[in-house]
Amino acid sequence: MNWFSTFLTSSIGRKVVMAVTGLFLISFLIVHCTINAMIFFNDGGESFNKAAHFMGTNVIIRTMEIVLFLGIILHIVQGFMLSAKNRAARPTGYAVTNPGANSKWYSRSMTLLGTLILLFLVMHISHFWTHSRLGGIGGISPLDETMIGDKEVLNLYALMISTFQSPVVLIVYILGVISLCWHLVHGFQSAFQTLGVNHKKYTPAIKGIGIVFSILICALFAAMPLSIYMGWIA
Amino acid sequence: MNVKLRIWRQRNAQEQGKFVDYAVNDANPNMSFLEMIDVLNESLVNKGEEPVAFDHDCREGICGMCSMYINGRAHGPQKLSTTCQLYMRNFSDGETITIEPFRAKGFPVIRDLVVDRSAFDRIIAAGGFISASTGQAQDANAIPISKTNADLAMDAAACIGCGACVAACKNASAMLFVSAKVSHLALLPQGDPERRKRALAMVAQMDAEGFGSCTNTYACEAECPKGISVANIARLNREYLNAAIVSEEMPK
Ligand code: FES
Repeated sequence: MNWFSTFLTSSIGRKVVMAVTGLFLISFLIVHCTINAMIFFNDGGESFNKAAHFMGTNVIIRTMEIVLFLGIILHIVQGFMLSAKNRAARPTGYAVTNPGANSKWYSRSMTLLGTLILLFLVMHISHFWTHSRLGGIGGISPLDETMIGDKEVLNLYALMISTFQSPVVLIVYILGVISLCWHLVHGFQSAFQTLGVNHKKYTPAIKGIGIVFSILICALFAAMPLSIYMGWIA
Repeated sequence: MNVKLRIWRQRNAQEQGKFVDYAVNDANPNMSFLEMIDVLNESLVNKGEEPVAFDHDCREGICGMCSMYINGRAHGPQKLSTTCQLYMRNFSDGETITIEPFRAKGFPVIRDLVVDRSAFDRIIAAGGFISASTGQAQDANAIPISKTNADLAMDAAACIGCGACVAACKNASAMLFVSAKVSHLALLPQGDPERRKRALAMVAQMDAEGFGSCTNTYACEAECPKGISVANIARLNREYLNAAIVSEEMPK
């Protein structure tokens, strides 16, 4: 094996892949959340549709979308592989365990939380991404169009409003976001630790920022379907 | 005080083991946990039964031999302590105490509560040393070392290689152990010339022994009898990244 694949398949190398892809996905969450939060302008979706139009048509963004999918896939596949390897490292388990005495439940449940997020993601992508990007292909209904100024743009906002009328969808989204929140609370600081950033001066701040960030971004995400369902946004 | 014990009995590495129930009556609360098992073993020997095999040596918390998983915790319920430094007063009268061997692919059970921890020796042999030329002993303090680094190196060197980190980790990861050994040498000028090679070789050996990888649950730090910090794991990650990506050494 050459040096790079040896590095990537070492136990630390695998973790570095998780940390780097994880931080990249966090940066995506920030963009995603910022754009979606435009629905809170309550302007009939005009600013949101404009932003969505930009994201859907800009060459750089569309290229990054491919990188994003690769990043997600790498994070998922590597996560499951690590999880299997780690389970194999203890072939016989303990009869009595008391894990709560030495670690947090969410730090031990990253695979479970990740799997829940993955299930949510499948639903989420089929709700929105397929219609906006693959509309008209293989029986997937394309989006309606709407006029902004003299430009015709896809009306993603209308799809959002209609999707979140269902209470089941609302509950699934909120559960998905809660899983994401716990995943981030551990993942954010864990990524820094894996990349070797543990420092007397900065680590307390990293941990604090991680928790605030996770709660804030997930609260914003949860507020979107909730406020549409409740009719706070027209 | 009286306690009921559920102890893992296993004749050898090949045979299946099982839990066997015992009772120890009139245990003194000021006995160490190992002394309590000595009492049990004496009664077993008097009855003509096989005593429970367990590892121990110094009985003063410095050799790291006394590996036992007690009531779901490595070395029992007391923080910052090995089994030999755990006293019966930490348990309540009439309590049932479950005692298991450390469980990890890298620590196969040899007999009863005794596991083979020689994987740790092989990791040390892979790079946990400095090459020193023989000859005249150097003047003490000839090489200046900052107080901060000396303290950090000393803290890392406190690791007794007991394996509690592996036993407590849900991934049976040996990262805390390896990071303590790598840190202790990397922080000192004497360890500097071989630091890249060392990080690569020790991590490769750790992986080859079948230990899991670190998911930063920090159970190791919480269970370490010597309070080794997970900041050492971050240092090992830095050392490894530096060696594998930046330096000219080849990862193997
Ligand atoms: S017997 Fe030496 S540390 Fe417990």
